Amino acid sequence: MLLIAVGIGVLAVVVSAILGPKKASRAKLMAYESGNDPEGGVGTGQRFPVHFYLVAMLFIIFDIETAFFYPLAVAYQKLIPFAFFEALAFVLLLLVGYYYILRKGVLEWA
Amino acid sequence: MPDWIIQLLITLLKGVGVALGLLTTFAYMTLIERRLLARMQIRLGPNRVGPMGLLQPLADAIKSIFKEDLTVTLADKLVYTLAPIIAIGCALTAFGGLPAGPAGSLFGADPWVYNLDAGLLALLAITSMGVYGIFLGGWASGSKYPILGGLRSSAQMISYELGMGLSVLGLLMLVGSTSFHAITNWQANSGWLIMFQLTAFVLFLISSFAETNRTPFDLPEAEQEIVAGYLTEYSAIKWALFQMAEYVNMITASAVMATLFFGGYRGPAFLEGLIPGIASWPFIWLFAKIAAFLFLFIWVRATLPRLRYDQLMRFGWKLLLPVALANTVLTAAIIAFSTGRVRVLLLVLLGVTGVALLIGFSDRMRVLWTAPTVRREDANLSPARPAGGD
Repeated sequence: MLLIAVGIGVLAVVVSAILGPKKASRAKLMAYESGNDPEGGVGTGQRFPVHFYLVAMLFIIFDIETAFFYPLAVAYQKLIPFAFFEALAFVLLLLVGYYYILRKGVLEWA
Repeated sequence: MPDWIIQLLITLLKGVGVALGLLTTFAYMTLIERRLLARMQIRLGPNRVGPMGLLQPLADAIKSIFKEDLTVTLADKLVYTLAPIIAIGCALTAFGGLPAGPAGSLFGADPWVYNLDAGLLALLAITSMGVYGIFLGGWASGSKYPILGGLRSSAQMISYELGMGLSVLGLLMLVGSTSFHAITNWQANSGWLIMFQLTAFVLFLISSFAETNRTPFDLPEAEQEIVAGYLTEYSAIKWALFQMAEYVNMITASAVMATLFFGGYRGPAFLEGLIPGIASWPFIWLFAKIAAFLFLFIWVRATLPRLRYDQLMRFGWKLLLPVALANTVLTAAIIAFSTGRVRVLLLVLLGVTGVALLIGFSDRMRVLWTAPTVRREDANLSPARPAGGD
């Protein structure tokens, strides 16, 4: 399925590259900036808010947490009530971390 | 010919069929969306190319193939070409695992391309690979609007993925399996899961709007704010591939919601009394449910304004995530300490309360109970975040 899907993508790009006109000029290949010389972008040292980095870090942490939950959820009916308290302890630990990032203002995008 | 070659051929055939089917659906989705949006805004929509505009998608496709494919000077050529292929590859692959009918109902073959025991997990994993396509596309364009769009998009998608992943946990606890067949069969016996997991469904619905970059969460391509986001420097077929990926993801999300919460390929059981066997006709029910969800996607697009970026992140992290977690924990408690009718009653109650909480604490409702002249930020002049930190 993946092969077919990627194959269709490659095919579309190749066919278009063969069929489309190729008359590039310097002005055509300029990046979009309302007709001015472009500024900012890759390699120009433009800086970005650290928020994106923080969100990515938090995502890694919480996604691992979700990954721990999946096997527990699937086998849950066989493990109750013991599993419930185990999971609750885990969730409470996580909530401590969540409360910390909340108070630290990591999730504020003002 | 040995058996496995035949099996492989059938699988290949089904794969190509699903891919072409999805692409056709995508093409007509664009037409249907434009017509429906037009209808909602009291105008006509495309109706010149072919009868009722039916050839419009074909004209668009031919145009996008014959257009000049530009690559801006600053772009990273390889990644720039690869990004739309990643996006479309992930989008198309995800759909193959969903069952469209009971085993053997596709002229003797099974109506799915691949069948995994960890079906739901695989699907979530594949769809979240799509974020690479968008982010790399933004980065490789070598211009600032695409980078901003790509960053916003990846942050948004990973944030709402958490809510999505957590919201299905309660469902998994009830069913005890991640395979789509087990989930569908469970619903055939015990009733549609939306009754037991209403909150989870609403969370999943909202997350899938954000995952597919649809309004009200279409910030990555907010035309009025940052041109076209990661699509700014893309032209011709590569642009079309990104659009395609978005629409195919939308179709997949609709199909997943139908499978998880609305009984999948099985119809409602009470119709069995009218025409015997109607509830297990393959394809029809899944298509009907997908169509209903697609209509919802379009309807919402015509109705809701876009969120600001801070509102978006606040909603995702401060409302969606805690509610999903609370829903999971409470569902676990209910399953652990109640049985039979009491359990069902409690689950329904939990669902209704969860949705009420979600609506009550959303930004748009909060406006209603804070006085309009004094905003909370203005009244409270002390800094919201403690000193130090970042």
